[in-house]
Amino acid sequence: MKKLALLLVLLPVFSFSQEKINGMIMQVNEENKHIPVIGANVYWLDTTVGTSTNFDGKFTIPYETDYKKLVVSYVGYKTDTLTIKNTDHIHHLLEPTSSLDEVVLSSRKQATAKSYLLSQNVMTVSSDELLKAACCNLSESFETNPSIDVNFADAVSGTRQIKMLGLTSPYILITTENIPSIRGASQAYGLSFIPGTWVESIQITKGAGSVVNGYESIAGQINTELVKPKTDKSLFVNLYGASSERLELNVHLNTKISDKWDTGLYVHGNTHNKKHDVNDDGFMDMPIYNQINIMNRWQYTNPEKGFVSFINVKYLNDAKQAGQLDFDPNTDKLTTNAWGSEIDTQRFEAAVKLGYVNPEIPYQSLGVQSAFSWHEQESYFGLNVYNIVHNSLYANAIYNSIISDSRHKIKTGISYTYDHYKELVNKTEYKRTEASVGGFFEYNYDNLDKLNLTAGVRVDNHNLLGVFVTPRLHARYTPWEKSAIRASIGRGKRSANVFTENQSMFATSRQINILNSGGNIYGLDPEIAWNYGVSFLQGFNLFGRKADVTLDFYRTDFQNQVVVDYEDPQAVSFYNLEGESYANSFQLELNYNVFAHFDLRMAYKYYDVKTQYQSGKLEKALTPQHRVFANVSYETEMQDTGGNWKFDVTYNWLSEQRFTSTVTNPVDYRVPEYSPTVGTLNMQVTKVFSPKFEVYLGGENMTNVRQENAILAPNDPFGSYFDTTFVYGPVFGSMYYAGLRFKIE
Amino acid sequence: MKKLGILIVMLIGMTAFSQNKNARATMEVDGVCNMCKERIEKTCIKTKGVKSAVWNVDTHELVLFYDENKTDLNTIENNIASVGHDTKNVIATDEAYNSVHNCCRYREESVVEDHKEN
Repeated sequence: MKKLALLLVLLPVFSFSQEKINGMIMQVNEENKHIPVIGANVYWLDTTVGTSTNFDGKFTIPYETDYKKLVVSYVGYKTDTLTIKNTDHIHHLLEPTSSLDEVVLSSRKQATAKSYLLSQNVMTVSSDELLKAACCNLSESFETNPSIDVNFADAVSGTRQIKMLGLTSPYILITTENIPSIRGASQAYGLSFIPGTWVESIQITKGAGSVVNGYESIAGQINTELVKPKTDKSLFVNLYGASSERLELNVHLNTKISDKWDTGLYVHGNTHNKKHDVNDDGFMDMPIYNQINIMNRWQYTNPEKGFVSFINVKYLNDAKQAGQLDFDPNTDKLTTNAWGSEIDTQRFEAAVKLGYVNPEIPYQSLGVQSAFSWHEQESYFGLNVYNIVHNSLYANAIYNSIISDSRHKIKTGISYTYDHYKELVNKTEYKRTEASVGGFFEYNYDNLDKLNLTAGVRVDNHNLLGVFVTPRLHARYTPWEKSAIRASIGRGKRSANVFTENQSMFATSRQINILNSGGNIYGLDPEIAWNYGVSFLQGFNLFGRKADVTLDFYRTDFQNQVVVDYEDPQAVSFYNLEGESYANSFQLELNYNVFAHFDLRMAYKYYDVKTQYQSGKLEKALTPQHRVFANVSYETEMQDTGGNWKFDVTYNWLSEQRFTSTVTNPVDYRVPEYSPTVGTLNMQVTKVFSPKFEVYLGGENMTNVRQENAILAPNDPFGSYFDTTFVYGPVFGSMYYAGLRFKIE
Repeated sequence: MKKLGILIVMLIGMTAFSQNKNARATMEVDGVCNMCKERIEKTCIKTKGVKSAVWNVDTHELVLFYDENKTDLNTIENNIASVGHDTKNVIATDEAYNSVHNCCRYREESVVEDHKEN
């Protein structure tokens, strides 16, 4: 009986017969229409009893006589507190606060912003930066960034190659919206398959990077965010023409399909059909080409349920022809009539991303990404034939949460990668399948004061690389205001796709040798490297204007590397590293806002990259020891029409670069040990008429610097000394271009 | 009967204490700049039981996620007030308010105006 009484006393705790209040929250508007406020907070003052309004602005909240004040709030509206005396239906109007005075910001965002807070050394290149140069595709989007070195791979294919910390692009993880994209077959030309106008921003991470995206990154990570249907202009047209008779057209069409769905169609076409031979060596300075690139994106946003999704499909067809002026593919292909090259690429990609953020608990989220790509390249370079078909499947699931509070964040997940390669190199066929399953765990600690560190580890099971662990550690310490000291250490492992990553070797008469040592990848072993580095960033004011200085030092040490040896002028040899191979890179960069709208960026880089070749420990070829960079950017005051002028000037200077040995060649076919130094100047002027329309005019390599004799033995391309890879600077001289951009929101 | 009784009491106990581990609450906290934001958020996170705290510089709205079993809004408000920021129910003491940086003196009109112009 006693116990039954206890039960009855405690029963009210269940509050089964709960009283409720229903209500509706609307917003004040000029036409006095019924506009609901969705997701407004409604809660009893001094309690944790609350709810939010639904799609119709309606809500239901429990009521007790103790509850007197009901608070209604929503971002952008004046918060109201209502005195409630009974359970009558509540009908309340919220007044927006946006009708108040405008806030005018006088501090401009930097076009390339360095992170002061992240534990990783990340810089974000925004679209403002990309507009400083006529970036027709991603390979040309690094012209104003000293951290990335851009050079031409050879004198014929017109391919721009990028390098970071002294290492070439296969050692950089290049992702598109966090999905690894430029790898395998697309390694060589992949950067030219992403039109510049599709790029919303680029995040460049120096050092090993996060474990979330995979184990392949060694020097760093470059992530490209593409424009999104919901936020891109509804119509965007860009037309570009250059003095070389290169023409490009970009059209973006974005539209809202429904409340939750937006879609966009992006079309890019480029063509260059005029043959140029400025240096009179009988070879075209740049290839003639045509490219059509189409992407369709679908974006689903459901903020109430917490779902976001992207579906992309992309198709590309690119055809290039290079070589001698009188080469005719119809009659001269694979003959010795004339030397020519054709590279035909077709690529299809499909990707789906789904993200879920728990609306109740926003620090818990789950993301799933999956991507499929099919890439086919059919090409020949003189008498060398190279074909590759690469099918790839990627899937990654990431779960984000916190441990006890938001100072301790965790990311964990699993990934799966599948790659199938089928290659034809002259008469030999190579087939390879790679499949890996892995799991990762990353912990981030932010003590909200001076320290932020990220520790991650991955374990992967790869059919050819075995079972291995990839640890990565990043830390950022802020000793005093506006500073960041970073340190990172990480390991990366990858399989070297020797043919597709070194296609320039086909445009030579070199014999290709692979010193098979019984490894799993073309008879060679996987590449493994450790990367460690420190960097120091300091923001300061110079004569009252913002400035920042960065000092970086990174070292990459290869435990194993597939050494690409060009030291014998008649051969290219691939073999496993025996000895040391390292890349030391030091960079000093200064950014200064000299006066309003006038920005200066200067940088100095020092490289010490050496590898143990069979012929000795040598400096890496075509890697200058010193690089000096300067960029000046100026914008005039914006008029009421929204018009202004923009000016950009970039100067790049490279010190001498080592050429691979040609001592065994006859005198006429030798190159000096070192190249000369080379300095280039680029300029661009943009006239913005209104937010809808702008035109631009620019010049690349305005001082007309040109490498004489870029091709070795151009008069005897089928002889033993033909080589197009001794390129240290621009092959064609100055080039001028003009373009227009038209946009509708 | 004894066992049933204990079971019922335990059940009641469990349901009575079925407080939210990820309770969400919003409250107004006065402040004026990003330094205030850091201070407010840091103090909240350091309070045992608070999982996440995000303060909006423009609306002064603080969105909190906390474990009801470990803390309550009163404790959080007191902690915020102790570092110098006024909340709806707890006003910071003059001593605490004066300890904040000059640029954070949100009670003064001139400081608030200054930040608006910036």
